[in-house]
Amino acid sequence: MNTHSHAVRGLDRALVLKAVADSFRKLSPRLQFRNPVMFVVFVCSVLTTLLWVQAVAGHGEAPAGFIFWVGVWLWFTLLFANFAEALAEGRGKAQAAALRSSRKDVVAKRLAAAERNAAITFVPSSELRAGHYVLVEAGDPVPGDGEVVAGAASVDESAITGESAPVIRESGGDRSAVTGGTKVLSDWLVVRITRNPGESFLDRMIAMVEGAARRKTPNEIALTILLAKFTLIFLLACATLLPYSIYSVQAAGQGHPITLTVLVALLVCLIPTTIGALLSAIGIAGMDRMIRANVIATSGRAVEAAGDVDVLLLDKTGTITLGNRQAVAFHAAPGVEERRLAEAAQLASLADETPEGRSVVVLAKERFGLREHALEALHAQFVPFSAQTRMSGVDIGRRRIRKGALDAVERHLESRGSHLPPMVKRMAEDVARRGATPLVVAEDDAALGVIELKDIVKGGIKERFAEMRRMGIKTVMITGDNPLTAAAIAAEAGVDDFLAEATPETKLKLIRDIQSENRLVAMCGDGTNDAPALAQADVAVAMNTGTQAAKEAGNMVDLDSNPTKLIEVVEIGKQMLITRGALTTFSIANDIAKYFAIIPAAFATTYPALDALNVMRLATPQSAILSAVIFNALIIVFLIPLALKGVKYRALGAGALLRRNLLVYGLGGIAVPFVGIKLIDMLLVLLGLA
Amino acid sequence: MTANDCLQVGLFLAVLLLLVKPMGAYMARVFADAPNRVTRFGARAERGIYRLCGVDPAEDMGWKRYALAMLAFNVLGLLAVYALQRLQPWLPLNPQHFGAVSPDSAMNTAISFASNTNWQGYAGESTMSYLTQMLGLAVQNFLSAATGIAVLVAVVRGFVRRSAQGLGNFWVDLVRGTLYVLLPLSLLMALLLVSQGVVQNFKPYVDVPLVQASSYTETLKDAAGNARKDAAGHALTREVAVTAQTLPMGPAASQIAIKQLGTNGGGFFNANSAHPFENPTPFSNFVEMLAIFLIPGGLCLTFGHMVGDRRQGWALLATMLLIFVPLALGAVAAEQAGNPALHALAVDAHASALQAGGNMEGKETRFGIVSSGLFAAITTAASCGAVNAMHDSLTPLGGLVPMWLMQLGEVVFGGVGSGLYGMLAFAVVAVFIAGLMVGRTPEYLGKKIEAHEMKMASLAVLLPCALVVICTAVAVLVPAGVAGIANPGAHGFSEVLYAVSSASNNNGSAFGGLSANTPFWNVLLGLCMFFARFPLAIAMLAMAGSLAAKRHVPESAGTLPTHTPLFVVLLACVVIVVGALTFLPALALGPIAEYLMSGH
Amino acid sequence: MGKLVRNALAMLVLMTALTGVAYPLVVTGLARLLFPAQADGSLVTREGKPVGSALIGQSFTDPKYFWGRPSATSPMADNAAASGGSNQGPTNPALTDAARQRIAALRAADPGNAAPVPVDLVTASGSGLDPDISPAAARYQVSRVARARGLPPDQVLALVEAHTRGRQFGVLGEPRVNVLGLNLALDALRKR
Repeated sequence: MNTHSHAVRGLDRALVLKAVADSFRKLSPRLQFRNPVMFVVFVCSVLTTLLWVQAVAGHGEAPAGFIFWVGVWLWFTLLFANFAEALAEGRGKAQAAALRSSRKDVVAKRLAAAERNAAITFVPSSELRAGHYVLVEAGDPVPGDGEVVAGAASVDESAITGESAPVIRESGGDRSAVTGGTKVLSDWLVVRITRNPGESFLDRMIAMVEGAARRKTPNEIALTILLAKFTLIFLLACATLLPYSIYSVQAAGQGHPITLTVLVALLVCLIPTTIGALLSAIGIAGMDRMIRANVIATSGRAVEAAGDVDVLLLDKTGTITLGNRQAVAFHAAPGVEERRLAEAAQLASLADETPEGRSVVVLAKERFGLREHALEALHAQFVPFSAQTRMSGVDIGRRRIRKGALDAVERHLESRGSHLPPMVKRMAEDVARRGATPLVVAEDDAALGVIELKDIVKGGIKERFAEMRRMGIKTVMITGDNPLTAAAIAAEAGVDDFLAEATPETKLKLIRDIQSENRLVAMCGDGTNDAPALAQADVAVAMNTGTQAAKEAGNMVDLDSNPTKLIEVVEIGKQMLITRGALTTFSIANDIAKYFAIIPAAFATTYPALDALNVMRLATPQSAILSAVIFNALIIVFLIPLALKGVKYRALGAGALLRRNLLVYGLGGIAVPFVGIKLIDMLLVLLGLA
Repeated sequence: MTANDCLQVGLFLAVLLLLVKPMGAYMARVFADAPNRVTRFGARAERGIYRLCGVDPAEDMGWKRYALAMLAFNVLGLLAVYALQRLQPWLPLNPQHFGAVSPDSAMNTAISFASNTNWQGYAGESTMSYLTQMLGLAVQNFLSAATGIAVLVAVVRGFVRRSAQGLGNFWVDLVRGTLYVLLPLSLLMALLLVSQGVVQNFKPYVDVPLVQASSYTETLKDAAGNARKDAAGHALTREVAVTAQTLPMGPAASQIAIKQLGTNGGGFFNANSAHPFENPTPFSNFVEMLAIFLIPGGLCLTFGHMVGDRRQGWALLATMLLIFVPLALGAVAAEQAGNPALHALAVDAHASALQAGGNMEGKETRFGIVSSGLFAAITTAASCGAVNAMHDSLTPLGGLVPMWLMQLGEVVFGGVGSGLYGMLAFAVVAVFIAGLMVGRTPEYLGKKIEAHEMKMASLAVLLPCALVVICTAVAVLVPAGVAGIANPGAHGFSEVLYAVSSASNNNGSAFGGLSANTPFWNVLLGLCMFFARFPLAIAMLAMAGSLAAKRHVPESAGTLPTHTPLFVVLLACVVIVVGALTFLPALALGPIAEYLMSGH
Repeated sequence: MGKLVRNALAMLVLMTALTGVAYPLVVTGLARLLFPAQADGSLVTREGKPVGSALIGQSFTDPKYFWGRPSATSPMADNAAASGGSNQGPTNPALTDAARQRIAALRAADPGNAAPVPVDLVTASGSGLDPDISPAAARYQVSRVARARGLPPDQVLALVEAHTRGRQFGVLGEPRVNVLGLNLALDALRKR
């Protein structure tokens, strides 16, 4: 875990104290008005306070002490709601503060042209605009987001990613993006600034974690409508209870009409305050969970969409398989000793520093005890991989050893007037069919055989995909491999489908095809050539190591640059929705017990027979009402951890998940308040408040 | 409850389930877009009607145009009923020479029949001419029912169609509903009813001499209508001899058939289906009960056919039954338990082979307890409102059941068409909550439920609830409202609550003690009926319009299945919780208080 | 909009003709043809003259007749021109008072009978025109009618049993005795 989010992880004291202070600040009517449920509580609290003042003045409708305690707990209800929100925001703010400290205005070396040696003017970073060129040298902070146009350097990005190991940034390729606020440790870079001040990645990130840019997501809006509807129904049901009660007093010829205090208490207990209080906290906490997973989402909408994803496009390399293929076998051509093949392969790979090359050397050593030769000692000349030949190898004296893909070696041999034996060709195809990659080794005019390079599927990934399938998410593997290889790996990894020989165009087409069936697609990518597909996908996670173009096109950036993160993102999205649904259900289910507490109490003087509904046997009408109000306030506090942490997500089918959550939050929501209200009532009796 | 009680309830449910399946399939064909065997059969008649009315049957109406056509047609019908009542003294077919109906009552009745409520503030046999009954009331029985079905079919098309603008053609749906569904069924049922003894003629009322003459005491009144008193202050009275009985006649069977089938409920006679000429035998009663549920139940399955997944239809039907059956059994049990106030007297109210026992006040001997209790539950579960026993005289819990069934929003079977589209509004809410709980943007039948759908569904659910609580408050606050109350104590409050619940959910049954044929009540309930019917239908059409425009989301393992027992239970819970949470306080002051004080 | 209203008006007229004129006429025609007696009110005749409807209860207060269900119609009981029930709620004291009076009247007409009164004899029917009473209610009155008519109770009981109809198809509704039919049979007995 990185350093700065470590600091905000626990509910440390300062954070809590700050949230307490904020919860009072948030009592302003303007802020309360934004949440219809809590605004009703606010109005009720004010009303009760006025009623208490009236009672103290001697004209009260009920004992001043009773009204006082109801009023106090209504205010507490509001404060608890504010506290939940403030706490959720507080974590983000702490993180934002850490980020902001790295956004200090620095002096930038602006270049007149995109060359290292161009004239330098010193300007504050805040005056840099998109299109300006700057020089960043060892020890300099990067003054703004941009693209490296020249040079290569190691950069400390820990301020953004929390990762302390420096990374390489260089011009061209997929590692050309630099972020403002990071620091160049060695060498130099010429950077073309791509963002105006205030729009930089860091700025957006700060805005996101602070919640300033947080707009209500579509589901949140729909839920707010539903909650407002429930609030309105209860408001009407409670308001009309007064005339009903007045009539009933006449009809029964006894008792007093229901007091405003009791009506207000009933109303606040009935409206969905639990979810109303925690709704924004859940949203903020969802973003916060993303941030702690080191993913920066550009909008809450994107996080929510992640929960809806139907199809995950996953790059094979790095996500499904370990990044590197490894040599696992030598298949010698007919008439060739395997040892000879191994030796040639080892020689060809000695200077090949890629993990694949290393693995050939290692395999040769394991199988035949072949020592590593020093290239210098052999007077060998290394032939590096080139896009034209698509082969690499070594020239030792007159020996020309080459290794490469089947067709490349075939062409190589044909150009020398020889040909590839059909046996070798078949061997190579067999290897490919098994999902491995064949590398054909040739020395001079003869093909010696085939090295089998195998993709190593990550441990546990198959189980992960099975989970996805249960959640109804289809996984599609994207790979540049040929269809045969791809099919074999897809089968081994347990993905539902694969796209072989993928190019940016086929990727984009695949996404469009899936979307035309009205499915949501999530993918991750890093290269500039991924940008069109990222822009098209519904949920697009760009790797932080990736190019600026990729980051621009995506709606999330994974600071860890871990492609497996996509799965985590989906889970966080779902978890946020589930938490909202669960607390809504819980909140509404709570009302049943509250009715049983308040109704007999409210009409005790008119219809004493209604005491039969007092199934909890609460001590007095006043203690019953007070207990319900106190329970209603305290349950918010008890549920804050759940709201912030999120309901535990389980990879289950929709039916099973619903059954589980309904049992826990529906039935639980019915049962818990019966126990809670009874306990509070007993406590009130004990304290002599009843 | 006796063994026979259970047997009769079981028989009813069994026959109902046997009938709704073919009914659902048949109606699916009637409203199918593509021509089929059913619609080809009446194609010529249909074409003739469209030509005569200048309607283009091929026009695919958007939701607004559909709603406008629906509204225009219903408002015109409403005005026609009003005019007929006001003008009946000068119109033919008025053998009893009834005068013009008062403006407020005529307005109330016009809204009542146009909105498929069929609340009756008047007594049929002493107010309405045959012509008013036939051309006004009976016609609206057909047309309001056909309207309900049409709106439902349009709403279902919203779920079925993909990226579409239109919801179908109102005129075509209206004509087809009438021609293929309501008319043939009514004809069949009317004849069944006549065979049992329901009258069907155009004769004037018949006077027959009594076997035993009797007399009654009349209080004499002065010109101002006050009782005249003698010098000692006693009211002056006189004995009136009664030697003959006036038997009412009329085209009752044809009207009663559609009254049941169209969940209208407005009786030909004041006593409605308790009247022996309206419901003469236990068999006619059984047929009338089946008729109430036949179309609403069948439409559930039609819905399944239309959305291409029959299980969806069965799920909604199961939800309705899940709520209905326990409540119906509860009502029967409460009535069978009888009235403790009478048990204290020397009364034998035990069920035996020789009598039904239980609470027989307001009930007919031929129906006894179970046929009355079941009927009460059916007529209020569906928004029929026909009664074969006086609901005002039901036991507190026996009366609670019908009242609450109405307050649930008339979605447990409900009105023809309107019940199911109301249930779909609840389903949208249930899907939304459930969808959140499985971590996906909620979708129902492949359509995403978003803010707009939520707004419209909430409105549809909220509107009747709001009307009930607000108008009940108005009625108990205003002296003119309280003046109508007949029974003392908590039961008086129940009368008001029942009346407003009935009007605001387009049911039409009443705790009949309430004197509601007064300007205050006629206006209040008229408003309730109007606003419960049309804005709700328009909200649902608006929702359907936005759903139709959406694309279809294919199903996956992450999609919440909406045909499973789990969803059925959830949907039933949503309906019950909304109903319980909204009305529990009011019910506590009415039937619950009455029950707890009645000596149980 | 104008076209829509014209369509609506034409449709209303046409539908009215169809459902408000054609349909009831067809039903009436078919009813006359198939069930003429029922369609005209199931009239009961004595010596060729109608004396009531088999479906509509009449008020009997004479001890020599079986009494029917109490009726809450006004101004007189069993007023077929103004059907309706008492609409008294279960806890309404007026309901208990009415029951008490009915019990008293039954007891006064049959002083020797101390059996509890079957509930349908003390409660008003729904329509106020209930033509039936329960077999229990009929049996309860056998002793009084037999005494008033000077008939052996067994003969009256046999007549009651002959007029008792069981549940329709053995299942539906409740067993019942048609009061008008029973009383007409009693009168016919005397004449023979």
